[in-house]
Amino acid sequence: MYAQMVDTGASRLRSREEMDADEQAFQARIDDGQKIEAQDWMPEGYRRTLVRQISQHAHSEIVGMLPEGNWITRAPSLKRKAILLAKVQDEAGHGLYLYSAAETLGVSREQLVDDLHTGRAKYSSIFNYPTLTWADIGAIGWLVDGAAIMNQIPLCRCSYGPYSRAMVRVCKEESFHQRQGYDLLLALCRGSEEQKAMAQDALERWWWPALMMFGPPDADSVHSAQSQAWKIKLLSNDELRQKFVDQTVPQAEYLGLRVPDADLRWNTERGHYDFGAIDWSEFHAVLKGNGPCNRERLQARREAWAEGEWVRAAALAYADKHAAAERHSQAA
Amino acid sequence: MKDWPLWEVFIRSQHGLAHKHVGSVHAPDAALALKNARDVYTRRNEGVSIWVVPSAAITASAPDDKAALFEPAQDKIYRHPTFFPVPEEVKHM
Amino acid sequence: MNDARFECLLRLGDNALVLAQRLCAWIGHGPVMEEDMAQANVALDLIGQARLWLAYAGELEGRGRDEDALAYGRDAGAFRNVLLVEQPNGDYAQTIARQFLFDAWHHAELSALTASSDARIAAIAAKALKEVSYHLERSSDWMLRLGDGTAESHARLQAALERLWMYSGELFDADAHDATLVEQGIVPAPQSLRAGWLQQVGAVCTAATLTMPDADAWMQHGGRQGRHSEHLGYLLAEMQFLPRAYPGVQW
Repeated sequence: MYAQMVDTGASRLRSREEMDADEQAFQARIDDGQKIEAQDWMPEGYRRTLVRQISQHAHSEIVGMLPEGNWITRAPSLKRKAILLAKVQDEAGHGLYLYSAAETLGVSREQLVDDLHTGRAKYSSIFNYPTLTWADIGAIGWLVDGAAIMNQIPLCRCSYGPYSRAMVRVCKEESFHQRQGYDLLLALCRGSEEQKAMAQDALERWWWPALMMFGPPDADSVHSAQSQAWKIKLLSNDELRQKFVDQTVPQAEYLGLRVPDADLRWNTERGHYDFGAIDWSEFHAVLKGNGPCNRERLQARREAWAEGEWVRAAALAYADKHAAAERHSQAA
Repeated sequence: MKDWPLWEVFIRSQHGLAHKHVGSVHAPDAALALKNARDVYTRRNEGVSIWVVPSAAITASAPDDKAALFEPAQDKIYRHPTFFPVPEEVKHM
Repeated sequence: MNDARFECLLRLGDNALVLAQRLCAWIGHGPVMEEDMAQANVALDLIGQARLWLAYAGELEGRGRDEDALAYGRDAGAFRNVLLVEQPNGDYAQTIARQFLFDAWHHAELSALTASSDARIAAIAAKALKEVSYHLERSSDWMLRLGDGTAESHARLQAALERLWMYSGELFDADAHDATLVEQGIVPAPQSLRAGWLQQVGAVCTAATLTMPDADAWMQHGGRQGRHSEHLGYLLAEMQFLPRAYPGVQW
């Protein structure tokens, strides 16, 4: 998912009795399933956690444009080029919906973008992996968007109104993303031996990072417990991961691709797939900035922003000049 | 440098409904705000008309006034047609 | 007779395709995210138009080449786009100036093509015209904002305009193919669009406090006949590499 390990600032989950009257009333509204709106009173921790989570999600959309954007100019047919461009454009749109939701909490876009560029804010670990072949575009749509949707659908019901409405919009648009990825891989798997090998290679490189997207097991995480109490996280990381594996393995089989996990097998008793251990040291290394493309991704965003500064300044200067001229002509 | 100002975006869907708030965009001025809203919020045929309003121009009711503003309407149940029983024999009213 | 029409469709299709390919490189790297959205919309429109023109070209040619065979299977010398659209993105001023100079011509060209005696050309033009009206509005908006924005943006845009100007003359070139098609009422005479274009570009430049370069300045020619700048080869190398590395497969 696009928000991983969001810090809630809580050291432990507090009981109802330990909350003051405002917090109790707030928690009661959430328990009652009511939506919290921007102007409503909210605990500072809730506000800060949401800003972190929503902006992390927004940054992931924007940074996520880069690995796929790599291939727009190299898409192998005009139809695929248009589809990929529309998809990457949607990511920009989703980023904007989410920044807009975060801004209702009293932070500016500029601040959020600055947090990303200075490394204070995180984005999903998955976008620090390279897109080496055209099949990677399929793997991202199928696996990465598939994992993201799994997380985003429950978030449509989250407690914060602007976030939940943004998620509804995102989810409506996102289902095309997963399908286009699968469709792309299907074409490869029905194609030449070389194309099929390309698809298999992509699955091998993206499978484990996709499972890591859900974040570490959160059974003991105090942040997860707090986020769940606030209803800004609705299912646990492991629940979502299991759901993802259960859904995805048969899809891989249909493609005729092999999932790179020797321990993967159907567990009749549990009614779920068992799967192998995830290498969390890799996840933490990527999160710390040591993934294959962390530097390139951030560098690209910083450059875009820095090189765009004169453009943004020009548009503001023009608006100011013409607003002043208008006031002048109205006064005259 | 400061951010481009924030604009709230309202879109009339194709179904002839009222304009509905859909989110916000940043833009340096009204003309570009309208175009940005079009490019961000109507990629899938969602609208036939767009309004953009500077976010700063919106005056909103305060959450604390909710009781004073809205609760007085709650007991005026006679304003709703369902308050009045219509005799079985009188159809369609 | 069809040769001329085939050429004309390649010119229309290649203009749209090459410019779209240039715009694609901005996505994720624009000056503000809202501009990424906007550039992507313009590029999507142009890819759509390219597909329609090239598909028709392939059918007329009758040698079994579809839109992709034409887009991915031709070398630079067989491309018929004007030199203007293959010029590099440069800074945002150069991208905007290129877009505006092209949009102003494209809009006039498509408007005239809606009256083409070839019904299919007229129909494609009518669809594309709606899209290009928006492109022109947007690029004009940005000409004003960069031209009349800050001293820096003004200088950058003025430089971009002067740099690209010599590629604008080709938009109004006519060769034997044009003569044939004009006679058949399929396309407008290229020169007939020039006065209106100059007037429109001049008006926007004036409003944007820019100096329009000399209309009679030395101009580059050749793109429409397949003699391109060095840039197109690289653009095609990137665009075409997959179908060339794996020939004959479906994607």
